[in-house]
Amino acid sequence: MSGDHILSVDRLSMRFGGIVAVNDLSFNAERRKITALIGPNGAGKTTVFNCITGFYKPTSGAMRLVHDDGHAIQLERLNDFRISKLARVARTFQNIRLFPGMTALENLMVAQHNALMRASGLTFLGLIGAPSWRKAEQAAIDLAQTWLDRIGLLDRADDAAGNLPYGDQRRLEIARAMCTQPALLCLDEPAAGLNARESAALSELLLSIRGDQGTSILLIEHDMSVVMEISDHVVVMDHGIKIAEGTPQQIRDDPKVIAAYLGADEEEAIAVMESGT
Amino acid sequence: MDYFAQQLINGLVLGSIYGLIAIGYTMVYGIVGMINFAHGDIFMIGGFIALITFLILVSFGLTAIPLILLIVLLVSMAITALYGWTVERIAYRPLRHSFRLAPMLSAIGMSFVLTNFSQVAQGARVKPVPPIITGGHTLHEGPDGFVVQLSNIQIIVVITTVVLLALFTWLVSSTRLGRDMRACEQDQTMASLLGVDVDRTISMTFVIGAALAAVAGMMYLLYYGLVDFFMGFVAGIKAFTAAVLGGIGSLPGAMLGGLLIGLIETLWSAYFSVEYKDVAAFSILIVVLIFLPTGLLGRPEVEKV
Amino acid sequence: MSAPPAVQTSRAPGAAFILKKALISALVALVLFSLMIGVRTDAGPDGQLTYWTRFGDLAAMVATVFGGSIVLELLRQWWGPVGTIRVVPPAVQSTLSLAGRLVAPVLLVFTFLVPVLFYNERYILDLGILVLTYVMLGWGLNVVVGLAGLLDLGYVAFYAVGAYSYALLATNFGLSFWVCLPLAGILAAFWGVLLGFPVLRLRGDYLAIVTLAFGEIIRLVIINWQSLTGGPNGVTGIPRPTLFGIPLTPGDDGLAAMLGIEFSPTHRVVFLFYLILALALLTNWVTIRLRRLPIGRAWEALREDEVACRALGINTTTTKLTAFATGAMFGGFAGAFFATRQGFISPESFTFHESALVLAIVVLGGMGSQLGVALAALAMIGGFELFRGLEQYRMLVFGMAMVLLMIWRPRGLIGHRAPTVFLKTNQAISSDLVKEGHG
Repeated sequence: MSGDHILSVDRLSMRFGGIVAVNDLSFNAERRKITALIGPNGAGKTTVFNCITGFYKPTSGAMRLVHDDGHAIQLERLNDFRISKLARVARTFQNIRLFPGMTALENLMVAQHNALMRASGLTFLGLIGAPSWRKAEQAAIDLAQTWLDRIGLLDRADDAAGNLPYGDQRRLEIARAMCTQPALLCLDEPAAGLNARESAALSELLLSIRGDQGTSILLIEHDMSVVMEISDHVVVMDHGIKIAEGTPQQIRDDPKVIAAYLGADEEEAIAVMESGT
Repeated sequence: MDYFAQQLINGLVLGSIYGLIAIGYTMVYGIVGMINFAHGDIFMIGGFIALITFLILVSFGLTAIPLILLIVLLVSMAITALYGWTVERIAYRPLRHSFRLAPMLSAIGMSFVLTNFSQVAQGARVKPVPPIITGGHTLHEGPDGFVVQLSNIQIIVVITTVVLLALFTWLVSSTRLGRDMRACEQDQTMASLLGVDVDRTISMTFVIGAALAAVAGMMYLLYYGLVDFFMGFVAGIKAFTAAVLGGIGSLPGAMLGGLLIGLIETLWSAYFSVEYKDVAAFSILIVVLIFLPTGLLGRPEVEKV
Repeated sequence: MSAPPAVQTSRAPGAAFILKKALISALVALVLFSLMIGVRTDAGPDGQLTYWTRFGDLAAMVATVFGGSIVLELLRQWWGPVGTIRVVPPAVQSTLSLAGRLVAPVLLVFTFLVPVLFYNERYILDLGILVLTYVMLGWGLNVVVGLAGLLDLGYVAFYAVGAYSYALLATNFGLSFWVCLPLAGILAAFWGVLLGFPVLRLRGDYLAIVTLAFGEIIRLVIINWQSLTGGPNGVTGIPRPTLFGIPLTPGDDGLAAMLGIEFSPTHRVVFLFYLILALALLTNWVTIRLRRLPIGRAWEALREDEVACRALGINTTTTKLTAFATGAMFGGFAGAFFATRQGFISPESFTFHESALVLAIVVLGGMGSQLGVALAALAMIGGFELFRGLEQYRMLVFGMAMVLLMIWRPRGLIGHRAPTVFLKTNQAISSDLVKEGHG
């Protein structure tokens, strides 16, 4: 496991009162790769995400993000919106959080807030309609249009996000996160609630994000077909600790993982595996 | 020290009245999640009804003060409770599952209606009554001649508050209605699926809140010896402040907030300036909320991401 | 006044049901009004409180409720069950939408013509100025409540800051209206930021009470800081505005003399009318512009989902503060105008009632809709004037109207949101999808 790490999580712990949600977790995410974080319900995956994206302040531990230019940022020292703004970590949510009353296009425009804020001279240039602002705005619309095209929603650009079908909302949320031009994209169960065809399209989209944009992806997912198909590296969590990690192939054959998922002990799991093959 | 003790007593008495009103705010908030802006005016109506009942009883030649007080209390609670019920029925129930600001504005509208209804019906002038309960006890006489007094009316206010609070806590914790109320507070849909009559429970919440406000109105009448149509606004805002200060939705919080607001007001008036007593109360509210955004005893809001 | 719980039946309920309902309503009314209307208290000649009965009035009220309940029930049956979707023919629909598009320009042209059409009707001009003042206040508060979704129950504080800023600067330092106007706006914006700080972490009802408390604090300070503000007596002798230095007075240096026309006091009223119209339109223009800028989009996004905003790197703190500051600034401008128009201000003009009125205008207008706010201001202030003849019943009717309007249109007159940017078609978004913020 040596390589170019974009994110190194080092001995991360998160406690809520007496409950230990994440306990001494360490793992790395490689640059321009897809890393999946899997585990049974309640394993603490989303808590890890919330720590990485600044919604929780971890009880202890370090999270180091290294940009392409070698600039390193300790994520645990940033909070709130700064994670997205300065560290360029974008995320989606398990239960979709679009701006339902705004159009798909507007959603993607909001995502470019910080860039546009600068271009509008903190609003003042924009208020007088300066040409430089107009150019920046058009560029932002173009970028949004590109992403709408990539997720196949170009003809629904002017529809309210809340009116889109579930699968489209999922993809729009990913496109919105991508419009912030992130270095690391964190996806919390992007395939939840999708049918087989939509899942396949999602896999394709994520692979193209990794391939074309060169964005590193960290992914929480229950849909094993998606995980196995697109992940380069898989980290398995249970009860707040890491129980295994490796390539999808290695994980698939790991009795500890199967035991965690089946709620059985290891020997039983091995028995199940052997009888299956 | 004696002066301070006296102010402490006065503050606690005033705080009891605020606390009684604040419970109504907090209950309604807990169960429907809205600010019942008309609640201050319900308190005012309670005061008026107590006054009118009292006048009628006296004119009938009734002289036994305890009996008068009991009848006034019951009549005022009953009629004011009906006001609470009616307000909920007309202005809030049609907006139950609506946009959140709509019931709030409807409540503000209802508050205007009640204020002006009593102005039109009973006139704009302040209604004074002669002291009904007199006498008191000297607790301590200082060497400089300053006397710490505990008047009978103060004793009555505090005792009534404590008794009602005990009764009310029992109601919420140990009765069927209390259980229904707590269920509706948690999840109205689930409660109705389990056979709780949500509409009735919410109505009862308003009825109980209004009855408590009526008691507060009567205590106010006894303590200050006057009512007027505008008293609901200021008292309402103070009580609401008390509810928020204590942590809206929390019953002990409402009482604690009421006592604190009463104390702050009284002590500020005594040691600094009467003019700025409300400014002091509101400023302390703002300062507390900066550090404890959900009040003193409110449940901290967990942000689910 | 009241009705028992509605019974859902598929058939139209019969006469017996209606009667029963009306009877219960009448009974409730009888208990409610028994003491409050049936008995009247007042201080007698010796200061002692006495009472007399008014059973006639009580009977009349109860009868009204009985009759009203029957009429209401019949109307409800005639209207059909609530929630029925009325099918509107496409032809009618397109005509309506065309009419909808025309409302704003027609209203604007009409407003411009009001001083011409009603030159001799001082009352209408004054009413027009009043309505426009509330349109401006509504548009200002709309930034905070409608766009950013932050509840503000103390908006009148900024109106007061603006008014007192101008009044005190003008009477103490002799500064002119045109110098004070921006100052009033800046000072109000400053107070807006000051209010913004403590409320940043607050939500919903906590936000409501803090803004309300803030409004009350400002008013109480104005009342009690007598040496500065004149206390309850207010500030008098506030200079009237000038047309960029040219006074609108009968003297030789007045506007009338300069133009060589005969002086008339109406000139000033017309001038004030166009002044507030210009200020209101400025507010409108800036708001429309801001909505299309990242800051405006961030406000709306904040109203939709604050957590998502943070995940997108939006600084929610500054976003909220700018919303408060912008709204407050417009309130400050309106306050300065109010002071120069009245020539006299006192704390009585800045009560909670004003905040509630402006908030009602914004909500009734349909959260975030500029046209809706203007229409709501016209309806509320105009309607309130219509009831002038009712005198002491006016506020009673006003309160009832507020309740009924909210029940009738909880999402306001204009029930949709216009997108700020579009690729192909500019289609309105139903307000059912639009969130209301955490206010």
